[in-house]
Order: sequence, then structure tokens, then C-alpha cells
Amino acid sequence: MRHPSRTIVLALGLLVLVLVPPAAAALNAPFYIDLFRRMMIFAIAALSLDLILGYGGMVSFGHAVYLGIGAYAVGILAFYGVDNGFLQWAVAIAASAVVALVIGAISIRTSGVSFIMITLAFAQMLYYLGISLETYGGDNGMPLRTRSQFAGLIDLRDPYAFYYLVLALLVLFLVLGHRIVNARFGMVIRAAKSNEPRARAIGFSPFRYKLTAFVLAGGACGLAGALLANQTEYLTPDFMHWTRSGEIMFMVILGGMGTLVGPVVGAIVLLGLEDVLSAVTEHWQIILGPFLVGVVLFAKRGLFGLLPGEVARDG
Amino acid sequence: MTLLLVVEQGLNGLQFGVMLFLMAAGLTLVFGIMNLVNLAHGSLYMVGAYLATAFVAWTGSFVLGVVLSLLATLVVGVLVELIALRTLYERDHLDQVLATFGLLLFFNELIAILWGRAAIYTPTPAAFAGYVELWPRLRYPTYRAVVILVGLAVAALLYVVVTRTRLGMLIRAGASNRTMVGALGVNIRLLYTVVFGGGAVLAGLAGLMAGPIYAVQPGMGEQILIQVFVVIVIGGIGSIRGALVGAILVGMVDTLGRAFLRPLLSTMVSPNAADAAGPALASILIYVLMAAVLFLRPQGLFPARG
Repeated sequence: MRHPSRTIVLALGLLVLVLVPPAAAALNAPFYIDLFRRMMIFAIAALSLDLILGYGGMVSFGHAVYLGIGAYAVGILAFYGVDNGFLQWAVAIAASAVVALVIGAISIRTSGVSFIMITLAFAQMLYYLGISLETYGGDNGMPLRTRSQFAGLIDLRDPYAFYYLVLALLVLFLVLGHRIVNARFGMVIRAAKSNEPRARAIGFSPFRYKLTAFVLAGGACGLAGALLANQTEYLTPDFMHWTRSGEIMFMVILGGMGTLVGPVVGAIVLLGLEDVLSAVTEHWQIILGPFLVGVVLFAKRGLFGLLPGEVARDG
Repeated sequence: MTLLLVVEQGLNGLQFGVMLFLMAAGLTLVFGIMNLVNLAHGSLYMVGAYLATAFVAWTGSFVLGVVLSLLATLVVGVLVELIALRTLYERDHLDQVLATFGLLLFFNELIAILWGRAAIYTPTPAAFAGYVELWPRLRYPTYRAVVILVGLAVAALLYVVVTRTRLGMLIRAGASNRTMVGALGVNIRLLYTVVFGGGAVLAGLAGLMAGPIYAVQPGMGEQILIQVFVVIVIGGIGSIRGALVGAILVGMVDTLGRAFLRPLLSTMVSPNAADAAGPALASILIYVLMAAVLFLRPQGLFPARG
């Protein structure tokens, strides 16, 4: 991120995100506040996946599960009349982290294809569990009774306040991510990705580090889920569907795996593209599918990675 | 819960198991030999089901429809291999997952454009309508019985091909050491295409047999695909024998779980609790099984590579 062009992109990007709400208000198009908020929520989810995928080399194919758990934590608490946002979001993060701990403890024992499969299988397990929760709407899901309340500090029903809260959280996660991947901890998971036997030989036990990263990523994505529940004001098991996990993974690749800004770029571009294409044709996936194949085959470094700068050597 | 019901559900489990096997055999070989994670394998199943329905309606003949749709699925499979997948063999698993995920979105949408998003009706062929009496008072749908027989016959055929023929020898050699097979002068690209085409035909066969039993709709491939992944992970990646054992195991556990878990639970807890927990438990049973197998034997029950 030291290269000037990347820093410029980052600064310009943040400026654009800050200016979206006033611009939308000026153009009388409040829809764009909604769209960009959604993009940023998915950016947080993609960022959390990138920590384990891009830096840790763990191809988790069930990351959307934590979106679902975070969303259901908020939805279920609200269902029972608990609408304190601090509590709801803390539960969302904690529940996701605990689930990530269980899934991680079992799946990190495997690697390669088995790791992909087992994370996918756990995701399916929780997806079906969501479907079977008849009390909370089962298959159809249920509306969120009320957006999270923050004791008058911030009102999520105000689209601007909610927007800037999500933006602030995104920036916070970018800063945190920067600290983590450049700290000793981040170095260890990157070392484990590029050569696990060597990491072990110099005296690290990669398992604990990888598991910690897995849990951190799960918790962060759980918060994204809590935000998503407030965004859509509706929660369904579809949040956890494996195609959703695939989409988040695609955001990471599209933007640039193993960079912090990449997943944010990827989330914005992918959701923006979906928005544009779905306005053109109902069958936008017929364009998106081959586009995805093309990105994988020809633009492996992702959009952000195409900018000059440091190449992830351990990629 | 009578014995007859248990036998009937057991047969249903076997029927589901052989369908899983038809899918798993192709997928596990593609995994084992080309080291390719192919999420689009379920799309070939879907293509098989749609083409069979269309060709049977078009020709008016079941046999002709089956033959045409299998050939067409073979063509689709080989085209996919030649155009998109060839370049992926040397890539890492992440690239493969994403690219084949893109293919899967493409196929789902293509089918939705051609046939619509609603499920289409696929009639049971007239010759296999009705029931067979397997035992006094045990009547079983003829069509499902035929599916079981076809599945077992294909399994036997695959066994012969893999263990008794030159092609099978190359397949086994490829699964245990690809590089060596190439170094010994075997045309590995051709072998890849043949294996992939074979897998496509088996997936198409599973799809066309699934037509009259399950809903034929876009996205039908994914549901079974993930169960097939469970099968091959349990059985051991690259192993046909593992695929067979895993498929029957998963088919049985899933079917019997769905049929008997709720009544079984209601004998232990209140009927309301059983109503709530039964279906949930039944649908996650195979994933629990997979997690348990992976925990105890990360390489699966019958790993292809020592």
C-alpha cells in the first residue's frame, strides 16, 4: 500500500464514499445511500474473508454463515423485545466467533480440497438449521421488528447516520486489518500460508494462529451480518446460502486477494455491476458467470492488484 | 413403524445412494486425476435432466430420448472441458472453485432463459409406471426399482472398466501419480477429456433418471452437488470404491433420517419438540457424518493415494 497510486485510489475512494449521501440527496436519489451502505457492509464481510483467504491461505467456502449468524442474533433478540444495539451486536460477534471456533477447530485439521468441502458442509448444516427454525420464519425468514437501538446515541432509522456508522466501521476494520497483517501475528499466518513446514521449523505452531485468524474473521463477519439485518430489516436463511459465500469470495478475488483495499473494491464493483446488469436484464447472471470465469483466468491479481505496487510474493 | 416401511425406506435410500454414486464417480475421478474441483458437475446433472425431458417429448420415444440426451450431455461436457476447464488444471483450488462457480451461474441462467424458472414436469416412462411386488404385500414403484438396477449395473461396469481394462489402469495410475503417467508417454490431455466426458455422461444419466422423481428446475444441480461432495469426502477423494460406499452410506443416512428420526424422537421427547427438531436434525445428519469422518480420518474412508 506504499505505492502512491494505491494511496491515491484509497484516498479518492474514501472521499467518494463520504460524498455519496450528500450527492444522493442533491440528485434526489436516496436509493444510492442504500446501495452504497449495502456495498460497505459486504466490504466488511469480504475484508474479514480476505484475512483468512488472502493472508492465511484458507479457502473457506462457508463464510456467509457468519453473516447469517450475525443477522439472526440481531433478529432473534429483537423478536424477544431486546432491541439494545450494543447487546445485539456484541451477541452477533460473540456467536459468530464461537461458531467459527468450532468450525475452524475441526476444519483446519484438513487442508486443500477437504478444507473447502468441510467449510462448505458446515455452512450447509447451518443453512438447513436456519430453514428449520419455524419460530423465526423457517424457509421464508422474518422481518426485523425494529432496527437496533443505541440509547439515543445514534438512530439507525436515519439513513445518513446509519450510512456514516457503516463507513466508520469499515474504516475501523481497514485500520485494524492493516495492524493485524503487519503485526507478528499477521506475519505468522502469512508464513504458514506460503510454507507451513518452514513456519513450523522456525518454531511456530501454525494451527493456533490460523484458528485465531479464523475466529477473528468469523466475528468480524458476524458484525457485518448484524449490519445487514439492520440494512434489509429482514432476515432469511438465504444470507447463509453457499452461493452467497461464493459471492463474497468472488468480491475478494475481483478486488485483489491479499490486499486490504481489494475486498472493498471488489464488493463495490460486484454489487454495482449486479445493480447495473439487473436493470438491463432479468438474466444478469448469464453475464456475471462468464465475467467471473474471465476474472479468474485473466486478472488473477484483481482490480486493485492491477495497480502498480507491491505484489504479494506469497500469493 | 412396520418392517415393510423400513424395507421400503431402505430401498429409497439405496435408490438415492446409487444416484449419488453416478454423480460421485465422475466427480471423484476428475478430482483424483486432474486435481480439479468442479462445482459445475451439478450443472451437467441439470442439463441431463432438461435435455432428457425435451428429447423424450420431442421424439416421443423414451429410449431415443435417453440416448440423444446422453450424447448431448457428453457433447456439453467435452465442450466445457475444452473451452473452460483445460486452463484450470494447473491453477490452485481457489481459482477452480471460482471459475466453475461462474460456469454454474451461467448454466443455471441459460436453463432459466430456455425453460423458465418454474419446475417442469417430467413424466415417468409408461413402461416403468406402476409397482412391482418384491415380496407379498411389499409393493415398490417400478421406476425406482429400475433406477436402483441401472445404478448398480453402472457401478459393476465401472468396476470392470477400472480394474480390468487399459483405460482403467491409466485412470488408476493417473489418480495415484499424474506426473508419472504423463512422463511415461501417455497422452494425458486425451485421458483428461475422456474421463471428464465419462463423468459428464454419468451425471447426465443421474439427471435424466432424477427427472420423474425430483423437481426439474434451475439450480437442481447444486442441491445434489453438495451432497455428492459429502459423499466423496467421506469415501476418500479419487476413489471409486470410496464413492460407492460413501454414496450408499449418505443415501441411507439421509433417507432413513428423514423418514424415521421424527417418530423416533417423539418416543423420547414431546411430539412438539420432535416435530421441531426432527426435520432439522435429519437435514444436517449427513454433514455431521462427514464432519465425524473427517475428524477421525481426514483422508476419507478409502483414500486413493497412499
